[in-house]
Amino acid sequence: MSERRIVVVTAGLSTPSSSRLLADRLSSAVVADLAARDVTAVVTTIELREYARDLMDNLITGFPSLRLESMLADVAAADGLVVVSPIFSTSYSGLFKTFIDVLDPQALAGVPVLIGANAGTARHSLAIDYAIRPLFAYLHADAVPTGVFAASSDWGDAGGDAVRPLQERIDRAAEELGDAVARRTPRPTPVDPFDPASFGGGSSMGNMIGGLSGV
Amino acid sequence: MQFGIFTVGDVTTDPTTGRTPTEHERIKAMVAIALKAEEVGLDVFASGEHHNPPFVPSSPTTMLGYIAARTERIILSTSTTLITTNDPVKIAEDFAMLQHLADGRVDVMMGRGNTGPVYPWFGKDIRQGVELALENYNLLHRLWREDYVDWQGRFRTPLQGFQSTPRPLDDVPPFVWHGSIRTPEIAEQAAFYGDGFFANNIFWPKEHFMRLIGLYRQRFEHYGHGRADQAIVGLGGQAFIRKNSQDAVTEFRPYFDNAPVYGHGPSLEDFTRQTPLTVGSPQEVIDRYASMRDSFGDYQRQLFLMDHAGLPLKTVLEQLDILGEEVVPVLRRELAVNRPETVPDAPTHAARVAEALSSSAEESEEGARV
Repeated sequence: MSERRIVVVTAGLSTPSSSRLLADRLSSAVVADLAARDVTAVVTTIELREYARDLMDNLITGFPSLRLESMLADVAAADGLVVVSPIFSTSYSGLFKTFIDVLDPQALAGVPVLIGANAGTARHSLAIDYAIRPLFAYLHADAVPTGVFAASSDWGDAGGDAVRPLQERIDRAAEELGDAVARRTPRPTPVDPFDPASFGGGSSMGNMIGGLSGV
Repeated sequence: MQFGIFTVGDVTTDPTTGRTPTEHERIKAMVAIALKAEEVGLDVFASGEHHNPPFVPSSPTTMLGYIAARTERIILSTSTTLITTNDPVKIAEDFAMLQHLADGRVDVMMGRGNTGPVYPWFGKDIRQGVELALENYNLLHRLWREDYVDWQGRFRTPLQGFQSTPRPLDDVPPFVWHGSIRTPEIAEQAAFYGDGFFANNIFWPKEHFMRLIGLYRQRFEHYGHGRADQAIVGLGGQAFIRKNSQDAVTEFRPYFDNAPVYGHGPSLEDFTRQTPLTVGSPQEVIDRYASMRDSFGDYQRQLFLMDHAGLPLKTVLEQLDILGEEVVPVLRRELAVNRPETVPDAPTHAARVAEALSSSAEESEEGARV
């Protein structure tokens, strides 16, 4: 049985939040799907609310606090990512975008991502596709085709959306993410760029100066 | 162990008075600060290089030449000289000239520059920042050591039999520090040449710089310049000092809260916890900086940022008095305790000339035996 790291990032502002509620539903569906594929998922769930000040401080000072750095490292090491943002003013929340802004732009290249969003009414449901999906395209992440949008009414009764109930959409998206994650080999533990070992056997400076012999 | 100050040369409004110094006042203040640094017994004055407001020091060697004429003892350096956007030929000439005028009291710190637009202003491409730093320094290193240089690279016109003048004083080029905040390639570069590595240290948590310096030390050993603990390390630092801790905090807080780099961001308390900024009594500064070697190993140079964020000249000069009279003498003593004899002293021109003479004597002795 192999193992994958799933990181769940939720940008809800209140506690408890409907973003977190959706994130938890998505993450358990992903875990179940992977289990059916004989893959153990190790899930780390991150509430961006708890990092709100660290994120803003990072924007201003240019460096992450130690706890934020460790969180960003978890994200960068994920085999699959589940993200959920509330929709504010027709788009992702500022907190969510701030997280994206401090993330290394290379961190998610090729990583499967399941996008979730929530808002008061179903009229915001396209925000996933016109606002959030392009963000992950820019990051060269591999966002799965199904995005899961939950309006308040989705939580109200088992039917919710009369065409496709919430749980059905969750399961479909989870299956897409599970498939994408399981197909890939686990990502290697990230290389510490400051580890002397990562500079290899001594030819590195010669390589770095493009064949110049140096001194 | 050398102690000194490094300035960014920012023109910043004093948040407590609303007054902004003119560029002229700020430049003259930087000179006054350098003279004061020598007067209070510091070893090094280093100036940044910037090409955009609110910073004034665009021509460090001009400023350092003037300061050299008015001082006797202090080492003049930069923090940093842009090895990416300056022509390495011009750097070779400028610093050799300065070295002659200052009778050797000169070294230089290489850096890549702190603002993206500086690259296009000088016709360079920021995406090649690291490559520029590597190639340009490689050329500079040769220009100072070889009388006639044939050279061809990617970023500047080729040279045929070129000699930069004047030649370095006593044929010993200025000692070079490579400054870096986040780039492992620069640590590698410093190690490759056996040059010094300066970790800015002031804006990031120490754990980050411990990794960067750890890399430099190990690669220094790898390239055969000595053991890892013999590599030449410099550290930045930042302090605001008053006799009573609370007075320091109260006086410095408005400057911190409105500082160009970190103002309106983290609290003073968070920032002092996360970075080497120390605001308090002389003893608190001593304790904090005496402990640096626990994290970074025995090192050679400690520079402090003291004159930024709109602090008035009078305050900065008072700070230097406290630093020179109450903090540095104690730190010198404390850092000398248990310092292994095999750890080299901070580089000086005189010591490097002596070293060059003794190694050339050894060579000619060997030659005579053959």
